[in-house]
Amino acid sequence: MKIESIVENVTINIDGQDVEVPKGINIIEAVKMVGKGKEVPHYCYHPKLTIAGNCRMCMVEMGMPMRDRATGEAVLEEDGTQKIAWMPKPTIGCATNASPGMHILTGSEMVKESRNGVTEFLLINHPLDCPICDQAGECRLQEFSAEHGRGYSRFIEDKNVKPKRTRLGPNVTLDDERCILCSRCVRFSKEVADDDVLGFVDRGTYSTLTCFPGKELSHNYSLNTVDICPVGALTSTDFRFKMRVWFLKRTHSICTESSVGANTEIWSREGKIYRITPRRNDEVNDTWMTDTGRALYKEIESEDRLVHYTIEGVHKASGEAAVAAAELLKSGKIAMVGSAHSSVEEQFFYKAIAERSGAKVSLVSHNGDGDGLLQSEDRTPNLRGALVTGLISELPSENLEALARDINSGAVKTILAVNEDLTELGISKDVLAKAKVIYVGSHANRTSEVANIVLPSLMVFEKDGSFINQSFRIQRFKAAIPGPLGVQPDFTVLEKIAAALAEREGYSDDHRLSMGAHGSDN
Amino acid sequence: MAKTKVLERKPLTFAEKTFLPQIVSGLKTTFGTMMQKGVTLQYPEERPNIPDNYRGVPTLVKDPNGREKCVSCQLCEFVCPPKAIRITPGEIDAEVEPDRAHVEKAPQEFEINMLRCIYCGLCQEVCPEEAIYLQDVFSLSGYSRGEMINKKEKLYELGGTLPDQHGKWDKKKAAEQAGNAH
Repeated sequence: MKIESIVENVTINIDGQDVEVPKGINIIEAVKMVGKGKEVPHYCYHPKLTIAGNCRMCMVEMGMPMRDRATGEAVLEEDGTQKIAWMPKPTIGCATNASPGMHILTGSEMVKESRNGVTEFLLINHPLDCPICDQAGECRLQEFSAEHGRGYSRFIEDKNVKPKRTRLGPNVTLDDERCILCSRCVRFSKEVADDDVLGFVDRGTYSTLTCFPGKELSHNYSLNTVDICPVGALTSTDFRFKMRVWFLKRTHSICTESSVGANTEIWSREGKIYRITPRRNDEVNDTWMTDTGRALYKEIESEDRLVHYTIEGVHKASGEAAVAAAELLKSGKIAMVGSAHSSVEEQFFYKAIAERSGAKVSLVSHNGDGDGLLQSEDRTPNLRGALVTGLISELPSENLEALARDINSGAVKTILAVNEDLTELGISKDVLAKAKVIYVGSHANRTSEVANIVLPSLMVFEKDGSFINQSFRIQRFKAAIPGPLGVQPDFTVLEKIAAALAEREGYSDDHRLSMGAHGSDN
Repeated sequence: MAKTKVLERKPLTFAEKTFLPQIVSGLKTTFGTMMQKGVTLQYPEERPNIPDNYRGVPTLVKDPNGREKCVSCQLCEFVCPPKAIRITPGEIDAEVEPDRAHVEKAPQEFEINMLRCIYCGLCQEVCPEEAIYLQDVFSLSGYSRGEMINKKEKLYELGGTLPDQHGKWDKKKAAEQAGNAH
């Protein structure tokens, strides 16, 4: 819900304090807006899903100013204030919308008692296997049981036994005993992912979450159900039993899967990434992200990672490689194959290198099918960045056939390739052999194998920078983990190359300055 | 300046001048002790009695069925003040160990760095499964730093088996087999 879109404010009274909140906002959000650490506990309510009102945890006491039924006049207390007609029973906060003069109590005896009762009922059949539950540490049931629960059990009967390891789909495993039937996952699949696969079967305490017959939770947003599960019922098959969440450090990052630029949080410990989850940004991705985007971190430990600066296959220091690359770029007849995976900062340096070496820049587009949600057709995170920094002036083509022709005709003698496998883009190995190649990239491919100079680069998880997404929104990402030993941030090497090129004969200072000014304009 | 007070020293009596009473009383102590039972513990051969609540080397224990009790919840790793504990959690493969599959989780590796350990006993206190105990081993030595890191195997060797009052996982398995779902 976007707050800006609601213009009218109403005054309601929360725990004796008058506050202005947007009209129609529900009590959970209204209390959150008041701040001061006040919170209405809830399980089934989620700001991005419809309201189900089935967990009954968000009970509050509600009252309205009393009016005389016959005359419609306000009924006053002895001191002249309007009398409040409190409802005899508590009401759920998620489905109660703020209306003028409404009075809310979030901490009265009746409210406390109802929360306590709800918690006790939820814990009746809960297995209490927190020591082996991955949700422990970020579990709403754990938190609210400690805060609002009784602290001991009065339940002497046997607990229900339900299946512990049900495979719901390729990425999600269900532990049915832990489920509190909040139906967030059911609503998510239906409303957001638009793939109605989950539902409850059976009745009462035997209710079980299950997929519809013949279906499985296989859409590309299935892991969001794990995120929104308030307990440890839905678990990520990938993250299951890998690490307790309280050890993990959270770093803000941006998903590089497509030009949507979903905001993410990287969970890492001691230089190892354990999972990636979405970070709420109502302008971009709400609170969701794709399953494929979450798996991207596995590339970090891939075998074919480039970790050495090499010249003609010999390991060198980064400085030497930069000098050699600059020398090669001074020779003229240069072509650059830029990358829409580079950050804006790196693209600025590539632009400087291209201008100073007189290189013609081409970029390759990577397109796939868009799903209309958080996976756009453009599968690069920063194509808009390349346009904004001026690295390219027109939209990229799908292959490099024009460049292949230039190599064949002798118009191009040296290629600076960034993160692209030229052999897959219309330049055969024989053609590529006619030119010298400088390769900048994070992983080995057939181009890096034949490249004369290889400059390893860091992945998005290992460096700071920013991307410009499809709606021209510039978003920063931060380094979560250190890169491979010895590999420096890309821009330090690029800067050395750009600086060496600026010292070239016949390259005027004026030009250099204008280049700098041009860069900072953007 | 503090005032000094000069004490008058009494001259020695005749008996004191002979030193004999002092020698006799000294010999009395010597011979008296010689007759008594020795109090010195001949350490490497003899071992002291260790009280039950002694905090020795932390160890991992198994339950009376020989089942590994630790479920790698990593609370000890979290609470350990000198960060001596390092656990690699893992899933129990239901096909390899079907009788233990209901526990789901067990440590793949469990390391306690005895060069870091301060014997505070917080790991034992925090353990929800009663799997880690500081028992009576107090002497620990090794030729290298690596040897002083107790691996899972060594920890179980040191820990042995302790009685289990709760039988939590056995009850869980029994309930699963009884299957009270309708």
